[in-house]
Amino acid sequence: MNALSWGAAEPHLPILVVVIPLVGALLTTFLRNGFLAWLVATLVAFTLPFITIHLLLTVLETGQPITYKIGNWEAPFGIVYRVDQLSGYVLSVIAIIGAVIMPFARRSVVAEIDERARSWYYTMYLLCLAGLLGIVITGDAFNAFVFLEVSSLATYVLIALGKNRRALLAAYQYLIMGTIGATLYVVGVGLLYVVTGTLNFDDMASRLSAAIVDPGQRNAVVTALGFMVVGLSLKLALFPMHMWLPNAYAYAPSFATAFLAGTATKAAIYLLVRVVFSVFGVGMTLENLPIGEVVIVLSIAAMFLASISAVFETNAKRMLAYSSVAQIGYITLGIAIANQAGLTGSLAHIANHAVMKTALFLALGAVFYRVGSVLYDDISGIGRKMPLTMAAFAIAGLGLMGTPGTAGFISKWYLAVAAIDDGMYSVVFLIVASSLISVVYIGRITEVVWFREPSKAAAQAKEAPLSMLIPLWLLAFATVYLGFDTRATVGTASEAAKVLLEGVR
Amino acid sequence: MEMLETFAAHYNYFITIFLMISGLFIVIARGNLIKKLVGLSLFQTSVYLLYLTPAKILGGTAPIYDESYKLYSNPLPHVLMLTAIVVGVATLSLGLALVVRIKEAYGTVEEDEIFAKDPEAE
Amino acid sequence: MRLDLILRVGAKLILPFILLFALYVQFHGDYGPGGGFQAGVIAAGMVILYAIIFGVHAAKRIAPPIMVEMMVPMGVAIFTGAGIAGLLMGNNFLDYTGFAHDYLHAHEWGILIVELGVLVTVCGTMVAMFYAFVQRGRS
Repeated sequence: MNALSWGAAEPHLPILVVVIPLVGALLTTFLRNGFLAWLVATLVAFTLPFITIHLLLTVLETGQPITYKIGNWEAPFGIVYRVDQLSGYVLSVIAIIGAVIMPFARRSVVAEIDERARSWYYTMYLLCLAGLLGIVITGDAFNAFVFLEVSSLATYVLIALGKNRRALLAAYQYLIMGTIGATLYVVGVGLLYVVTGTLNFDDMASRLSAAIVDPGQRNAVVTALGFMVVGLSLKLALFPMHMWLPNAYAYAPSFATAFLAGTATKAAIYLLVRVVFSVFGVGMTLENLPIGEVVIVLSIAAMFLASISAVFETNAKRMLAYSSVAQIGYITLGIAIANQAGLTGSLAHIANHAVMKTALFLALGAVFYRVGSVLYDDISGIGRKMPLTMAAFAIAGLGLMGTPGTAGFISKWYLAVAAIDDGMYSVVFLIVASSLISVVYIGRITEVVWFREPSKAAAQAKEAPLSMLIPLWLLAFATVYLGFDTRATVGTASEAAKVLLEGVR
Repeated sequence: MEMLETFAAHYNYFITIFLMISGLFIVIARGNLIKKLVGLSLFQTSVYLLYLTPAKILGGTAPIYDESYKLYSNPLPHVLMLTAIVVGVATLSLGLALVVRIKEAYGTVEEDEIFAKDPEAE
Repeated sequence: MRLDLILRVGAKLILPFILLFALYVQFHGDYGPGGGFQAGVIAAGMVILYAIIFGVHAAKRIAPPIMVEMMVPMGVAIFTGAGIAGLLMGNNFLDYTGFAHDYLHAHEWGILIVELGVLVTVCGTMVAMFYAFVQRGRS
């Protein structure tokens, strides 16, 4: 794909990553027609992966980050977009998930969204996509906040349009928590700006090393770190700040859930990694302060408590939402361990979890399309009526448990290695033990959908349409493929981890 | 005495912290969905002060190049906060729109009454 | 409705000056406090004042909802268009250097276009929000 020639557009690719979905969003508002809006959104969503993968491959080849000066203003004064190994990787994950689910969107949105709102719905989707990609590509701390809010505001709308009235309440709660999180982040940015006088991540990092020596400024820097970590933890739903997530995912329209589960929290995780490693440097954050220990404890609590909540859940979407909280725990665990293997495992799990969770939510979306509910009582026995859908669900579910031969195993393996490298043998045991709980909750839903007599609603259902099965099976296939060929995930992730750890002070 | 001096020299930060905590307290303690949004707004507003007060230089003017002025305030925080205000307004109006829809769906804007009507929504 | 004669005549006198002031704030924005955000809100204030005094239906005749709704993306389109124009001229996104021969003139033009976009979007958003809330539960 790297052979693809972009001609004169080549130097402008970083900005196009954000501008193309933005222009697409504008087009959808002018069209005011659900089908045409879907067409535009699909076109846009399928263009983006080509650009982001091209950027990523270029960075991997040269080993140098790509920077783009907006308005041609020089780095610390103007806003700079910056693609390095880490951001190129996360950009590609978001863009690919955003593209793969588009064929699914058409029928699902027609079924779940009022005709009046459909074109606006795609507008919000594209704005959300632009915001998420913007968070990852920008090299400016405040610009990241603006993109965080752009994507969040679009997300609240995407969630609130769910058919159930609880969707409104879920969106409201998410709005409150999300705004508090983003505001805490921007307080941290403000404190850093007062200390360093810059907003550019790179510039900030180089000036911070001088600032932390001064005892007066050091307090401000530490406070800023606290604000930013807590604020971003709220956005990425780190246990126990995850309370907004289960309802938001459970009552949002199927398409929105599948999209958000794969991408939204990942962008926040990226920003956390960027702030903790590139700006502050792990040396300062994870060694001199107990942040590492705190995050490890919270991650492990997430892995266990959220998984246990998932076991007792009777709404399939809520169950998967709790499982998302647990899986985010794995990602933050590796980040907190902060060695080569840990970061590699975490970053690989960003892609692996995005693939598996999106597949699972797409399968449930297809079930919802046919049955109109995802409660265990209503979907019992659905496996006999929709075998292809539920088979893909089972494969992705196996990945979630961390079965060898699937993507989930790879990331958990690296996390275990990281724990051993750091001598935390009890953590290895806890990773395995929490995986066993995921066996229970996936096992429970498998029993419901395959081994029970079909419920009244399920008996009427037919196999999902092809436009839903194709993206679903693509992702299910990817779950297995990424379990064997790990060049794309682990290969890139370890490169990114290496670059991040080079910056250690 | 020294503490008093520190306090007087940094009074803007104390106002910021006071506003921030009051806003957060309202968000947590109030059950009325609109009052929660008021608290949220207050919380966001405190950040504007955090950015703007260090940027203002006494006697400084707007940073427009002119021969007769030498002292300028830092424009960047002002621009940033203009953006943050827009974000805040967007959040507030979206939040109010959601409250209107919640009122239509549940017939109330009190959190405990909503949960009493729909216990599983919590 | 018929009794508030002073209000209606007074409003009719004030309305054009509100719009004029909005334009003043808009064009004064590059050499003093002002700009698209403020101007947009003031212009929207004119429509809202008109709606409060003469009724929403009258206001919808001068500012139809479909036009207001289109103003929101239109302003963003003007802003993005200014950025993309820079791209098409071979410069970076939002680099206005190509807009005129002189560097400073080009940047003044660029900012004016961007501010125009902001004016249109902010004005549209404010009026659209007003319409959305005022109609709720009546139509």
